[in-house]
Amino acid sequence: MSLVITLADALFSGLKITLEVTFFSAILAFVVAFAAGIARLARQRWIRAIATVYVEGFRSMSALVVMFWLYFALPLFGLQLTALQAGVLALGLSYGAYGAEIVRGAIVQVPRGQWEAATALNLSASQRMRNVVLPQAILAMLPPLSNLLVDLVKATSLVSLITLADLTFEGKILQGTLGHPLEIFALVLLVYFVINFGLTRLVRLLERRVSYGQGIGRIAREVTVT
Amino acid sequence: MIWDNSFALSVLPVIAQGLAITVLITFTGTAIALCIGLVLAIMRRARAKWISLPAEAFVEFVRATPLLVQLFFLYFGLPVFGISLSALVTGIIGIGLNYSAYTAEVYRAGIEGVPRGQWEAARALNFSHGQTWVRIILPQAVRKVIPALGNYLIAMFKDTPILASISVLEMLEQAQIVGSENFRYLEPMTLVGLLFILVSYPATLLVRRLEVRYGQVR
Repeated sequence: MSLVITLADALFSGLKITLEVTFFSAILAFVVAFAAGIARLARQRWIRAIATVYVEGFRSMSALVVMFWLYFALPLFGLQLTALQAGVLALGLSYGAYGAEIVRGAIVQVPRGQWEAATALNLSASQRMRNVVLPQAILAMLPPLSNLLVDLVKATSLVSLITLADLTFEGKILQGTLGHPLEIFALVLLVYFVINFGLTRLVRLLERRVSYGQGIGRIAREVTVT
Repeated sequence: MIWDNSFALSVLPVIAQGLAITVLITFTGTAIALCIGLVLAIMRRARAKWISLPAEAFVEFVRATPLLVQLFFLYFGLPVFGISLSALVTGIIGIGLNYSAYTAEVYRAGIEGVPRGQWEAARALNFSHGQTWVRIILPQAVRKVIPALGNYLIAMFKDTPILASISVLEMLEQAQIVGSENFRYLEPMTLVGLLFILVSYPATLLVRRLEVRYGQVR
């Protein structure tokens, strides 16, 4: 019985760290993805250039290498990040770069007529983006962004390699002290599976919510056109 | 000056050794993923539930769980069954199996993209089930998904550092070892990062050209 308690205790405290890392890096990735995705479509060349270097650079890198660099190499510049900061920063920046491509792709696929109509209605560039283009683009972003979120949850396991006591780390420790690697790692895998399963369901629900009004609008538009 | 050029040059050969292992893992792992993924994709289309369900369960489970934990499961779990493989072999099998779940989905998209008429025509021409797959369906399906498979090759390359966790001597592990020996991580880690960009960015451009040539799925 006490074994079950030790096991549950360790995995639960690991789960908290995993969710914490997921939460913070998801927020960072989300903000960075929007900023970089929109910046890649900016009229100013230098803004586009910076965003492109960031996106292509981080997309060609391994998130784990970024994490190790931030944790082990950065202190030489006199900046010692905590494991949590290094982990969140590495994951947020890496997945932000992937997300930026999704954001850009979704904005580009909004029909030209929408942009032109917004201009014709005398909306400013930022009004056009906020009120016309983004509401339609977000709908197209949701499915690929939810896939990316699942990838991010899985990638949080990497923080265990820079000594952060997440779910994977706790599993490793338990296996070291108790043995039984098959049972323990199967259990850890199962917990990740449940998190991701729940997450995909949640996003699907959200998707239906968001697309509710939009779908009707789209039908109405088609009707008036024909 | 923080960056030490001579130190960077002195660790470069070790890092290059790691790169060779990284490339070896990527190609053998991809070979496994391409074969098993194809088997999984065909199994998922089987009419018999006892064939399609296990394949589906495997794909869904692997895609929802982290590679790192899967590697621990294999590396520490296989010896329980009396199978003891080296870290490198375990790592290659692990990453290959992990990616087979993704390539299976890619193949599936390709197979579903082959028009129904092709199946019907093959049947009308009296092709057997196996002949239909090998001669008619797969050549068309695989051709369309070549760029997508190329993307997974690059993704696997970027995932190989995870094998450092089970002490496979790929690039990151080598960098970490020389780093801890010399108490200097900056040069080895930066070199690893640069090498990753140097290999995977040109590879990405190549895949984009393939996409132009073979078209894009999804």
